[in-house]
Amino acid sequence: MSDMIRKDGRKYNELRPIKIEAGVLERADGSAYLEVGGNKILVAVYGPRESYIRRLLEPNTGVIRCRYNMAPFSVDDRKRPGPDRRSSEISKITADALRPALMLENYPRSMIDIYIEVIEAEGGTRCAGITAASVALVDAGVPMKDIVVGCAAGKVNDEIVLDLSEYEDKEGQADVPIAMMPRTGEITLLQSDGNLTEEEFAKAIDLAMEGCRQVSELQKEALMKKYATE
Amino acid sequence: MIYVENKDLVIPGQILADEEYYSGRGTFKENGKICSSLMGLVSLRNKKLRVIPLKSKYVPKKGDVVIGKINDVRFSMWDVDINSPYSGILPAFEVFGREKKELNKVYDVGDVLFLRVVDVDEIKKAKLGLKGRGMGKFKGGIIVDIAPTKVPRLIGKKGSMINMIKDKTKCKIVVGQNGLVWVRGDEDMEQLTKNIIHLIEAEAHTSGLTNKIKNKLYLAIDGELPPEEVEETEEEFVLEKPKLQNFKEELEQEEKEAEEKKEKEDKPNIAEVIEELKRKNMKKDNTLSYGDNSNNSFILNNK
Repeated sequence: MSDMIRKDGRKYNELRPIKIEAGVLERADGSAYLEVGGNKILVAVYGPRESYIRRLLEPNTGVIRCRYNMAPFSVDDRKRPGPDRRSSEISKITADALRPALMLENYPRSMIDIYIEVIEAEGGTRCAGITAASVALVDAGVPMKDIVVGCAAGKVNDEIVLDLSEYEDKEGQADVPIAMMPRTGEITLLQSDGNLTEEEFAKAIDLAMEGCRQVSELQKEALMKKYATE
Repeated sequence: MIYVENKDLVIPGQILADEEYYSGRGTFKENGKICSSLMGLVSLRNKKLRVIPLKSKYVPKKGDVVIGKINDVRFSMWDVDINSPYSGILPAFEVFGREKKELNKVYDVGDVLFLRVVDVDEIKKAKLGLKGRGMGKFKGGIIVDIAPTKVPRLIGKKGSMINMIKDKTKCKIVVGQNGLVWVRGDEDMEQLTKNIIHLIEAEAHTSGLTNKIKNKLYLAIDGELPPEEVEETEEEFVLEKPKLQNFKEELEQEEKEAEEKKEKEDKPNIAEVIEELKRKNMKKDNTLSYGDNSNNSFILNNK
C-alpha cells in the first residue's frame, strides 16, 4: 500500500522540490525566498525596531507582528487584494508558531515585523511561509532558540501522504499542517482539517515531523551558503 | 565535548558543546548543552564560548560613543536617532548647562552629532551627552552605515585598518559604535572610502582582510600594488570593545590647532604692536627731549 505513486509522481513520503535562498532583499534587515513545488514565497523581516504603535509594546520583551499576504495573481482565480479571513488567520498562526523560538528579552519595547508575500500559490503556503520566515529571521540576526520549520501531511485516497499539493489538498480527505523546532522536537503549530482516525492522525504527525527534519536541513544549507567563505 | 572550532560559522539552535564549557554572549544553555542563539562566528577563549553575530542591531550601552541624527527638537531636549531600536535623548542641560538658549538655534533637525551615551535606563532609552573632546556637530562629509558588530573589524588591531584608510585616502573618519561612520575628505575619496568600508563589512568574517584592503586601496589610488612586506601574522577577529582613542586624539589635535590659529587671529602679533609703539615713542623721544623711560616701561608691563 505504501508503494502507491501519487498523481504528481511522488511516493507517499516524498517532498516536492524545494529551493531556499537567504538574504535576497537589500533594504530589509533580513529576507528569504522560497520555492516549494509551485509555491513562490518572499519574506522580509524588519527589526527589532522602535514602534509607533505604543499599545503593542511590552516592557519586558520584544514583540513580533506578522502579515501574510497573497498576491492577486498568485492563484488561478484572481484573489481580491487585501486581508481576508483566511490571511488574518494565517498571519496569527505564523506569529504564534515562530514566537516560542525567539529570544527577545534583550530587546524590550521593540517590535519585529515579518511580511510574508505569496507570489504564487500551490498548496501548503502556510507551512512554506513559516519555513521562509524563520530563515529570514535568522538572516536578520534575531536571537533564536532554533530555526522553526513547517511541513504538512494529509490523507488522500485513504492513504497518509506528505506535503500535499494544491490538488491533493482540495480532493483529499484531511490536511495536518505542523510547525516544529527540529532540535528538541517541540511542535509550535498543529492544525487539522478533515477526518482522521486516531492511528491515522498519529501517523500523519510522524510523517510531517520527518518532513520537517528534511526541510530543516535545506534551511541550514541555504543560510550556510549565503555566508560561506570561499 | 565540544562540537565546533574557533571561528566556525554556526546557526541558531546548533549545539556547540557540553556542560563543561561556559556559555557566553550569543549562546544559551538547554538540557546540559550549550547552543548558539545567533548566526555568527564562534569565539572560544578559556573554555568560554561566544557567538559573534554577523548582523545585529545596536543596543545602547553606557559609555559608548555614537553618531546620531537629530530627529526632533523639544522644549528642553533633542530627540536623536542613533541607528537602534531605541531612540536617544540629548537634554539641553548636557549642552549648555544652566544657560538658557533656543534649542533649534544650536542643533536643528537633521544635524548629525558625535555623542557619548551617558546613561541607559531600564527601558533602554539612551541619555546622550557631549562631554568629551571631539564631540559635537559634524560639518559636511558623508555617513556610511555598517553593522555594529563589524565596527571592531573596521578599526582593526590597535586601529591598523582605520589608520591605513585614513593615511591613504586623506579622509577624516569617525566611527560610532552604533555602526555609523562619518567620512569627510575629497569627494572622490569619500566615495572610495565608502566603498572600502562596505567591502570590509561584507568580508569581515574572512581572514587576511587588512592586506586585501591594503592592496585594493593602493590599486585605486596609486594604480599599483604596495611594496611587499614580510610580516603578516594571521590577524585575529578582534572581539573586544573597539578602542576608539585614535580619532579622538586626532580630533583633539585638530581642535587644538584651530584654537591656536584663532588665538593668533585674536591677538595678531603683539610684538608688532609693541614695535610700532616703540617707534612712535622713538619719534616722541626725538621730538621731545624728556620723559624717556616711563612710556617704554608701560608698554613692557602691558605685554
